Parts: sequence; structure tokens; C-alpha cells
Amino acid sequence: MTTRPSINGGDSRRWLRTAVLVPYAWLLLFFLMPFLIILKISFAEPVVAQPPFTALLEWGQQGWAGIHATFENFLFLFEDDYYGIIYLASLKMAAIGTLLCLLLGYPMAYFIARQPPRRRQILLMAVILPFWISFLLRVYAWIGLLGNRGLINELLLKTGIIDTPLALLYNDFAVYLGIVYSYLPFMILPLYSNLERLNLDLLDAASDLGARRWQAFVDVTLPLSVPGIVGGCLLVFIPAVGEFTIPALLGGADTLMIGRVLWDEFFVNRDWPVASAVSIVLLLLLLVPILWFQRNQDREQEAAQ
Amino acid sequence: MRRRSLLLVSIAAFGYALLYVPIMFVVIYSFNDSRLVTLWGGFSMRWYASLLANDELLEAAFLSLRVAVVSATFATALGAIVALALRRVPRLRGRLLLSSMVTAPLVMPEIITGLSLLFLFISMTHLIGWPTARGATTITIAHITFSMAYVVVVVRSRLAAMDESLEEAAMDLGGRPVAVFFDITVPMLLPALVSGWLLAFTLSLDDLVISSFVSGPGATTLPMLIFAKVRLGVTPDINAITTIIIALVIITVATASVISSRRQTVAA
Repeated sequence: MTTRPSINGGDSRRWLRTAVLVPYAWLLLFFLMPFLIILKISFAEPVVAQPPFTALLEWGQQGWAGIHATFENFLFLFEDDYYGIIYLASLKMAAIGTLLCLLLGYPMAYFIARQPPRRRQILLMAVILPFWISFLLRVYAWIGLLGNRGLINELLLKTGIIDTPLALLYNDFAVYLGIVYSYLPFMILPLYSNLERLNLDLLDAASDLGARRWQAFVDVTLPLSVPGIVGGCLLVFIPAVGEFTIPALLGGADTLMIGRVLWDEFFVNRDWPVASAVSIVLLLLLLVPILWFQRNQDREQEAAQ
Repeated sequence: MRRRSLLLVSIAAFGYALLYVPIMFVVIYSFNDSRLVTLWGGFSMRWYASLLANDELLEAAFLSLRVAVVSATFATALGAIVALALRRVPRLRGRLLLSSMVTAPLVMPEIITGLSLLFLFISMTHLIGWPTARGATTITIAHITFSMAYVVVVVRSRLAAMDESLEEAAMDLGGRPVAVFFDITVPMLLPALVSGWLLAFTLSLDDLVISSFVSGPGATTLPMLIFAKVRLGVTPDINAITTIIIALVIITVATASVISSRRQTVAA
């Protein structure tokens, strides 16, 4: 940033200093407040009323002492194995999905980074383009392909490869496929920007000079691309843990992911305090990967400059 | 050498196929006359015609478009101010809080954003009597809040690459700050503002989870309607909607890239 003092420079900053109060207030009201409320409700007792939680907010009359705070909702989560299993299952599904995404995304990013610059742009554009098409509709597209009477099963049946339809939809397999498909661009972009900086041609030249290619890749390229791998994996993993749409549309009845359970807890069971407690625990689980991601991003930014 | 290249090429080809085959399948079958998804019953535009007769769907599409335009516009304005302030105001009070509040929605699970905003709206209704009903307004507010974060990312990266000497020269020559801002800063930021707006617009148009939480009876957005339908399986009219949206996206992206490449040629 240039800090050359100009006569009117102060004025423009003053103007900006005032203008920024609007988004500031907006975020305080519509981002921070809701977060504090959810934290508070997670300590509330469920009551059969509208809204279905004890009136924590009416502190005006009673003061903070009058709040019916309870840890029961959290204890409930810990006592009941159900939630523990679901949290673990969500983390597992997200981790496997991320790994599969990496296994496909890394070679793709590597491939793109080795193309001549013009072709690189086109190939990269082709990776980003699906991102602009509705996420919901792209997930939906798989239903027609994977169903018992879907295109893949019909083709396999007609060609006589199988006699009975394969169970491709409404199970964990379909959810993994959905995660890889939906989040592939998020994996490829950070990997690509990292690999592009590495100057792969130089590494190729080095390997031509003697080191065996595979050896050179494992010894040099792979370790250097770790920041890209970390960035891409976290960018997939973090949203995948709380994913709702993919398990809701492609998963089976036994596909337990926390996003879906949270939805049911809220819309079906209408137990808002438990739903809030479920969210708070989910956020705590994601805190470590989120902080890790941010630190990794900061380092990447420095490296890019 | 050759063998490894071949392996790389086939993996990349598989990846691109994975990205595009499902979409192409939907597009092709949107012109299928048969109601059955896998049976080809001849070319037909009947599902497109049936869309036009579906009032519920047109209403949802109109609501979604309205929310997307309004929320993208507000998100772009607010997000640009945040990005500018974060970069240019020295010793901004509460800077850390502001930058964390504006980046947090990027990593916050949607389902939590939706739930927490709903609780806020309910509490507000209790305390101050507003919003009186949940619907288009509450959805718009929610969308502004989360898409602002994306606009900030886009504008910030543009600001980092921008030369500030032009603005300073204008200031030195006695330009009023507001005039300099609109005559020089905004045009220089325009490409970022346009892509930020498009991003916010797309995110809003696409949002299912947050809208479902903060909406009320009588306000159904297009993704909410589509979700309710596709939960039961494939329907041909959804294929038709998908195709229309894909066509719009391709037109928009193509136009945007032509404009930006022209700008680059002019600038160079």
C-alpha cells in the first residue's frame, strides 16, 4: 500500500471510514448476533410452544439470572450414541470423499499445469464452468444416471453384462460420487495454482538429466506441492462434513450425515435446542480444519507474492 | 515418458467426462418425448411448453430472480466497501473482527447459517415486531450476508493488483473524494465488481439450504421447489429447467469473457 500523504487523502479515508460502518453494522446484526443466539438456544430447554424454546430472549424483565440455561442438550448429545456415531460417520464420509477427490484432482491439476499457456486457460475454464451451473441441478443429474432404471443400469442390462440392476443410487457410493463430482473444481484450483508456480518444465529437465521420473516426482514435485494439497483438501473437506444436499438426494436411508440429521431435527422433530447444540458441536469440530486452512492460505499468499 | 503421459491424459479425460456427462445427459433428455427417463420417445419440446403453463414454477422462478438481483446488488456494494476499507483505511477500528466476520460465511456450514439466521428473525419479531412475516425479505437479507463474503474476496484480490497512483493524482489535483471515488476508483474496480455481482447472483439463485430455513409459508424459491420435486426422482420438466439454466450460464459466461478479453486488449 502506498502511504504517500496527499492533501485530500485523509478525506477519502474519512469517507471510507464512515461508509464502512454500514456493512460493519450489517455483519454484527446478521452474522454475529445469529451466532450468539444459536449459542444461547443450545442451552435452552425445549418447550411445546411457538417458538419451541424457552424464552431466553426476554432477559429484559428477568435479567441474565432469569435465563433457564441448561447443559442438558449437550449432555443428551454425548449420552446418546446416535449423535456420536453420526459425527464420526460424517467425518469419515467427508474424509474419504476428499481423498477420492484428491486422487482424481491431483493428476488433473498436474496435467493442466503442463499444457502450453493458452490451452491451460481453456482447460481451467472447463473445470470452473460447471461451478456456475446450479449445484442442486448438477447433483440431481446423477439420479437419472444411477437409478435402478437409470442410464447406466439400462446400458449394462441391454448389453448383457449384468442380469439385475446394480444398486448405484441411494447409498454411500452415490454420496462419494456426489462429493467428488461437486467439489472437484475446489480441489483442482488450489492444486493448479501451486503446481503452476513450481515450473514443472524445470523439474522435467532435472529428471531428464538422470533421476528417474517417478523418483523425481516423489522426491521433488510432491513435497513442494504440499501447500496445494492441504488447501484443496480442506476446501473440500470443510463443506463436505456439513453437506446436506448430496446425502439428501443421493444417499440412502442409512446414510447418516450430520447436515441431514440437523435438518430433520429441526424440520421434522422441531427440537430447536438440540438442533442448536448439534450445530455448535459441528462448528467446534470444524474449527481446527478452518484455522488450519486459514494459516495455509496466508502462507500461500506470501509465497505467491 | 509416453506411458505416463497416456495415463495422465486418460485420468484427465475421465475427470472432464465426470464433470460434463451428467449435465449433457439431462440436456439431451429434456427433449425426450417419453415420460420415462431412460426410454427415448422421440424429439419433443413438450416439457418446455409445460413449464410455461406451470404457474407455481413461474412464480418461484420470479421470486428467485428478484431475490438474486436485489441481494447481489447490495452484496456487491457492501462487499466493495468492506474490501476497500480493509485495504486502505489505516488503523481501522475493529479490523480483525470485521475481516473475520466477513470471511467466516465462506467456511460456515450452510445449514448453521440458515438455522442461526432463522433464530435471529424470530427473536427480532418478538422484540421489535419486525420482520412481520418471513419470505422474500428475510431470504434477501440472508443472501446478502453470505454472498458479501465472496464479493470481498474478489474485490480484495483486484485491489491488491491495482495501481493507486491515478487516484492519488486526481486527489492532488483537488478532486473531491466522492467524485474521485466514482470517477476513478469504481471504473478501475469494475471488472471485479461485475464478477463479484455475477458470483453473488449465481449463489443466491442456487441456494437451497439457507432459503429453506429463513423462508416462510407462501414464499418458495426455485431451488426449494425443485428440491421438493426431485426428492421423489427424475421428472422431465426439471430436465427442461436445467437446460434453460445451463443455456443462460453459457451465454453469461461467454459474454463476460468476451468483454473482459476486449478490456484487456484495450488496456494493453
